[in-house]
Amino acid sequence: MTPGQAVRTVLRYASLSLLLAFFALPLLWLAFAPFDRAPQIAVSLPEFTLDNFRDLLDNENALRSLRNSLLLAAGTGAVVVTLSALAAYALSRVRLPGRDALLYALLLLSSIVTGTAAMVPLFNLAYELDLIDSQLGVILVLSGGLLPSAIFILKDFTDATPRSYEESARVFGASPLQIMRHIVVPVIRPGLATIGVWAVAQVWGNFLIPFLLLRSPDKSPAAVVMYTFYTEGGQPDLALISTFSLLYSLPVVLMFLLVSSRYGFRFHGGIKR
Amino acid sequence: MATDAAGLGRRRAAVFVAPALLLVAGFLVLPALWTIYLGATDYQLTGLAAADPQFTGLDNARRALDEDEFTHSLGLTLQFVVGSAVLGQALLGFTIAWLLRDRTGPLRRLVEALVLLAWILPSSVVAFLWIALLDRDGGTLNTLLGSGNTAWLVEHPMASIIVFNIWRGTAFSMMLYAAALGTVPPSQLETARLAGASAWQQLRDVVLPLIRGHVLTNLLLISLWTFNDFTPFLLTGGGPGDATETLPVFIYNTALFGGELGYGAALSVLMLLINLVIALVYTRLLRAREKAAS
Amino acid sequence: MAAIHLSGLTKDYPGGVRALDGIDLTVADGEFFALLGPSGCGKTTLLRTVAGLEEATGGAVRIGGDDVTRTPPGRRDVAMVFQDYALFPHMTVADNIAYPLRIRKVPAARRRDKAAETARELGLGDHLARRPGQLSGGQQQRVALARAMACHPSAFLFDEPLSNLDARLRLEARTFLKRLQRDLRVTTVFVTHDQAEALALADRIAVLEAGRVRQTGTPTEIFRRPANTFVASFIGSTPMNLLPGTVERGGGHVTVGGVPLPAGPARAALTGGEEVVYGIRPEYLTFSGTPGPGGGALPGTVTVVENMGSTQLVTLEGPAGTVQVVVPEDTPAEPGGAGYAVPRSDRVLLYREGQLVG
Repeated sequence: MTPGQAVRTVLRYASLSLLLAFFALPLLWLAFAPFDRAPQIAVSLPEFTLDNFRDLLDNENALRSLRNSLLLAAGTGAVVVTLSALAAYALSRVRLPGRDALLYALLLLSSIVTGTAAMVPLFNLAYELDLIDSQLGVILVLSGGLLPSAIFILKDFTDATPRSYEESARVFGASPLQIMRHIVVPVIRPGLATIGVWAVAQVWGNFLIPFLLLRSPDKSPAAVVMYTFYTEGGQPDLALISTFSLLYSLPVVLMFLLVSSRYGFRFHGGIKR
Repeated sequence: MATDAAGLGRRRAAVFVAPALLLVAGFLVLPALWTIYLGATDYQLTGLAAADPQFTGLDNARRALDEDEFTHSLGLTLQFVVGSAVLGQALLGFTIAWLLRDRTGPLRRLVEALVLLAWILPSSVVAFLWIALLDRDGGTLNTLLGSGNTAWLVEHPMASIIVFNIWRGTAFSMMLYAAALGTVPPSQLETARLAGASAWQQLRDVVLPLIRGHVLTNLLLISLWTFNDFTPFLLTGGGPGDATETLPVFIYNTALFGGELGYGAALSVLMLLINLVIALVYTRLLRAREKAAS
Repeated sequence: MAAIHLSGLTKDYPGGVRALDGIDLTVADGEFFALLGPSGCGKTTLLRTVAGLEEATGGAVRIGGDDVTRTPPGRRDVAMVFQDYALFPHMTVADNIAYPLRIRKVPAARRRDKAAETARELGLGDHLARRPGQLSGGQQQRVALARAMACHPSAFLFDEPLSNLDARLRLEARTFLKRLQRDLRVTTVFVTHDQAEALALADRIAVLEAGRVRQTGTPTEIFRRPANTFVASFIGSTPMNLLPGTVERGGGHVTVGGVPLPAGPARAALTGGEEVVYGIRPEYLTFSGTPGPGGGALPGTVTVVENMGSTQLVTLEGPAGTVQVVVPEDTPAEPGGAGYAVPRSDRVLLYREGQLVG
């Protein structure tokens, strides 16, 4: 090894260590504090206990927020998967007039009209439709925002599956609805699963829309309740915050692992915002 | 060639597409159009103007340009986008992808896992992790640096949220550049190496020209997302004062907290326009590349 | 069992592309019929129109005497095997084979038995529980055939049935397919771009070009007497030599590149002085290194010798242009040497304005 190479190797490892430290540092607290008998704001090796979790399981407020998150995520996931699958299939297989322009417009729209840019009219719309403080309102607004990308990704998926499957079934006399049920849905199932997991993950982490549209604490999802835990006056309850953070984060991590192990991490531009 | 493989027929196809389109029209298109209308009124959340909003034309736009608050917020947004996305996430993401490019094994997996974790955790969780990290009394950073009672979020608020957002969003750039580097044919790098090119020369002469399209895509997308990012609100609420009031936070504080819906809507129109410009450039780029590919 | 009649069949695509241009064809009951042509000639469109996957713009399709031109694909009582086999990846072999019966609401137990029986006939008995992805290409093809057979249709339609197999397997599958069709005696129409495949398999062949039928006939007819220069150059593993020539007075000879050659069977239909194309297959030319005593040999210089195993393909460049000759493996021929090609007079074909004379 020449001295130049040695220096370069050292530099390379030094920069990698620095990177590791930068990305690990904020996460350490989440790894240690939940198991500490007396969690501090600073990271420290825990005096191990599971009592904090026992307390959390008694905290109705926290558990209810997780149930609310589940409801919003499952509801939005179901709406997005069903509607985007129907639309993507029809757009992929039938040449509807203005299809290409429509797809282009959808792609543009989904990136332009974000929840942040449209928060004022969304709030207004929900107000006019009497959807303020309604979980249905949150589901509809979130679905509307996720659908364009979902349709896009699923259409890609459908375009990539051979038409001969459906044609073959058709020659054997299957009706369009039988073809949907027997052939199309099973064949594009990986795509449906990807969209489902993606939609659920998006909703699970979303803060702005429920923060904007929901008023009563007993309807708020975990994202909003977590925020109130550390912003509402008084000394923050670190044991509660740390365990709740961990419990609330776990599902997204699991879903991410599931998707990347089952289907490989397919790169779809803009799948996570 | 033949399209309608399942014999769906146009009518049924239209029925399939309709519900999705209705929802998109109702909760995406309509709000966008409505903003434009609201932006031209003096609509308020409460009070007289709530019951009977008046059409005021371009008054809101004029007010925005006259008031320092708006230009101040726009300046902060620019700092936030350029600092955390264009410089921070893109450079750091590329660096990590470059350092890990021909590496396999536990070190690569560990780095990737941590970077990805920062990206996928819920925003209200990571916001608190950073609040704890930067806390004045006993925060981990002060303990580590021995910097006493520095209140990072108060004394260096913009720097704090910029560094936070670099940490939060680098994963996307890292993955995109890792994929891009994978498309560089090894034979070209070997040719350059045989010609005696240093690592830097290989990067400049072979890699960067080949992944130019990816770089542009990356910069446009992360700019768009960072511009629309509401997460700084979870860390600072726009404060102290208005020191971190980027445009999304400014709109929230004005329109929904302050109740000036008309004015907030006018600001939203501006945001939509900026988004439109970025998105148009991006889709043009995609189309050009599709054309080049076919 | 059923005959298939196509009359005046036309298919226009939006944008003014005419894929089929007035096709008239009859496929007899039980016949093994090939649609042959280069890519883009409309053969696959024709097959899909018979299946009902494409709707004809004009003309009629009759299967077994019934006009099915406007009948949806599922009610035409035909089975189709696709080029990629279109086996449903999420179903087992048994479920794939039984799928047509499931659509016809056959009870599950009967379906299972029928699938198992059909699979056994095709040597797939051990693979019933597997997924298509776990099978070899040849096995997949047989599953597709079994699925087509399971519902006892009145006709089979095969789209390039052998093109997805590698060369060695293709030969084996070809023999298998021919025997199967012989045994089942079901009217079968298949599409191919491979003339050798069409010659080997079919009872009769229709050669298509640009949406039209250029010739219909048995493999022997098509090979021996191609009706026009398109078919002549398309059929045969080495293309036919087509050389410009002039008919001599009396009509007994045609002058090609300055050499009078025998005019062959068509001599009675010729007039002196007219321009024709002289067609002779490389297999029907005799090669020698000397002009020979009788004359009537095309002279040239040997430019290329290609070894084809039991034969050699010799390319000659002479005053008549390029001439290819198939010669036995032990014939001496060296590039650069002189060579002479003598046509077998009873195999000479003459074309006037592209059409066969006589």
